[in-house]
Amino acid sequence: MDLNFSPDEIAFRDEVRAFLRTHLPAELAERVKGGRALRADDFRRWQKILFEHGWGAPTWPKEFGGTGWDPVRQYIFEEECALAGAPRTLPFGLRMVGPVIMAFGNSEQQKRFLPRILSGEDWWCQGYSEPGAGSDLASLKTRAERVGDHYIVNGQKTWNTLGQHADWIFCLVRTDPNAAKPQQGISFLLIDMKTPGITVRPIVTLEGAHEVNEVWFENVRVPVENLIGEENKGWTYAKFLLGHERTSIAGIGSSKRELGRLKEIARREIKNGKPLIEDPLFAARIAQVEIDLMALEITNLRALSAEAEKRAPGPEASILKIKGTEIQQALSELMMYAVGPYALPFERSSPEEGDLKSVAGPEYAAALAATYCNYRKVSIYGGSNEIQRNIIAQMILGL
Amino acid sequence: MNFSFSNEQQLLADTVQRFVREHYTFEKRREILGSQTGWSREIWQELAGLGLTALNVPEEHGGLGGGPVDTLLVMQALGAGLLLEPFLGAAVHAPALLASMPSTPAAEALLPAIAGGEIVLAVAHQEPDGRGELHRVTTRAERDGDDFVLTGKKAVVMHGHAADEYLISARTSGAPRDAEGTAVFRLPRDTQGLSVNAYRTFDGQGACDLELNAVRLPASSLLGSGEAAQQALEAAYHVALSALCAEAVGIMKAVNTTTLEYTKNRKQFGQPISRFQVLQHRMVDMFIHAEQATSMSYLAAIKCTDPDLRERRRALSAAKVAIGQAGRYIAQQAVQLHGGMGMTDELIVSHYFKRLTAIDLTFGDTDHHLQQFVAHAMNP
Repeated sequence: MDLNFSPDEIAFRDEVRAFLRTHLPAELAERVKGGRALRADDFRRWQKILFEHGWGAPTWPKEFGGTGWDPVRQYIFEEECALAGAPRTLPFGLRMVGPVIMAFGNSEQQKRFLPRILSGEDWWCQGYSEPGAGSDLASLKTRAERVGDHYIVNGQKTWNTLGQHADWIFCLVRTDPNAAKPQQGISFLLIDMKTPGITVRPIVTLEGAHEVNEVWFENVRVPVENLIGEENKGWTYAKFLLGHERTSIAGIGSSKRELGRLKEIARREIKNGKPLIEDPLFAARIAQVEIDLMALEITNLRALSAEAEKRAPGPEASILKIKGTEIQQALSELMMYAVGPYALPFERSSPEEGDLKSVAGPEYAAALAATYCNYRKVSIYGGSNEIQRNIIAQMILGL
Repeated sequence: MNFSFSNEQQLLADTVQRFVREHYTFEKRREILGSQTGWSREIWQELAGLGLTALNVPEEHGGLGGGPVDTLLVMQALGAGLLLEPFLGAAVHAPALLASMPSTPAAEALLPAIAGGEIVLAVAHQEPDGRGELHRVTTRAERDGDDFVLTGKKAVVMHGHAADEYLISARTSGAPRDAEGTAVFRLPRDTQGLSVNAYRTFDGQGACDLELNAVRLPASSLLGSGEAAQQALEAAYHVALSALCAEAVGIMKAVNTTTLEYTKNRKQFGQPISRFQVLQHRMVDMFIHAEQATSMSYLAAIKCTDPDLRERRRALSAAKVAIGQAGRYIAQQAVQLHGGMGMTDELIVSHYFKRLTAIDLTFGDTDHHLQQFVAHAMNP
């Protein structure tokens, strides 16, 4: 047993660090490290930089223009980027629809869509959840009827993240309403967001921001060549996608960065005449998260190691999801409590304004309450933590 | 980076698991528990026969020179069997302490005897009001001619009930909480002036309190002093702490398996209670705790011999916190999920519960190590 990276892996880590030192714009890193929201152009800019360096798709195989890195290198890359304050890359193209197109799309689709995901030219969004289909996703109702060379799509998707910027949406649609089981009549469609009949309506969430949308489809004509794989087999592809984001799901790197920021804030804040970090109760709360994070980091490395050796990849990703999001939430909570009453002043001129400025109190306090509110989402999205517990109960405990 | 074990290590784990399965059944354990001494010399000889008492003795002293990962595998397996014999104290902690100090004729005599299973030693370091504080030693050792005269008290000496001799710490200089000034002596149980109050602990294991009233020891009993003794006490403590964490993980996995099986068999409302989601999610949380604890036991094993003292202390305290919390959660929920049956002495689950609880109170509890961790982690 050895917890250290190999010399090759350390050389790789140094290469990533050197790249970040020279290529990560200081303005972006400052924004990330300061806990400020990323704007659409920030995501585009960083993806372009990665693409131009040949690192546009760290999780893809070389044949599709990816880096071909093994899970350990993917993990190292992810961690170093997060620690340096690089913007996170959006999952929708790179880690969701991309792998589905690689595994189940035809070569036409692969040639058409994958290079534009890699370069960042196409912004993808996800059309999965519906008002009546959340955790019970298979009960979705959005209908796609085949008429000649097209599907006619009617229905409503919701909790669509950042679709207001998107060029394309990948959707689960019902093509056979009479199938024996709800899972059997679903297909996986790629839809151009510019198609007539699509309406994107903002949903303003509790922190006042516009991050998610409803997407309405009214007689939207989608060419049949945009169907992935076979009609009515979409559920299989959807499940494949859900289990695909393993190396980054725990968010170890970004939580380490946020832990550092929490300590920094706790050093500056004063309580009972002393730095907050010297308050025994608050210090113990920080220590508790740090210990949980240390344990999760090793649990994550164990999962990677198992995956690299092809021993047993799979449901353990649910542990990483549950613990990773619990830690993210705990950190956002502690940061808010660290600034005390100066967490309260809050001003957002419009839901489109992601970048909160301080109204009163220290600059670093401005976005903490908004982030705390926003982070309630992490234990809900991507399969809620209760669904993850169901997965562990069934797949690992055999219940 | 790899988390696999060598073939030799796998073989060692298999051997100990087989020993527990075939020679240390719940019935056998119950029999030992009910005996006069509460542990079995025969079992001790079997463990010696398997080479386990030699594992933590260096090769040059007739041992196997095993490392912390070997110990981890052994402790996991022994944990699952809820071993009552003084393995952690006598076969891990004591040899680690002796081997961490510069060699003396006394140590050279003791180490091969430990390896052969001929002698049972206990480390007598903790004192009343010590509560995990490593440097706190009030027992005094005054020089008198060629002898040392020791006076003081030692509290809840782990496995001290079973010991033939003690490796005892005593202060030759300095104030009670100084890092320096502590020496380590060899102290046979029948030494004049030493009174041993031996007792059982609630987990079925045993310990003792020692009271030393002007106990006179020859200079040849001195095993180490000064900085070497202090460093050795901490080094041995870390090796033993790592082993204790591994034992806890072995128990957690066993108790989770037992609980899962029980809920699949126990029927209420016309169905196995394992069908109820509230119980399923509880067992998932027990499983996640055990996985996180496993990760921390690996960290403890890897770091417990790290020359970087600050890093070593930080990792060991973090591991003890994570394992203390996981152990408490799993133990409490296992009893809860067994319902009334969890309260009985008849099922193994209550015995697992007691040992996991006792482990949290050993070598500094969760609060102690959380405080230690704060001290190491909050400074940049």
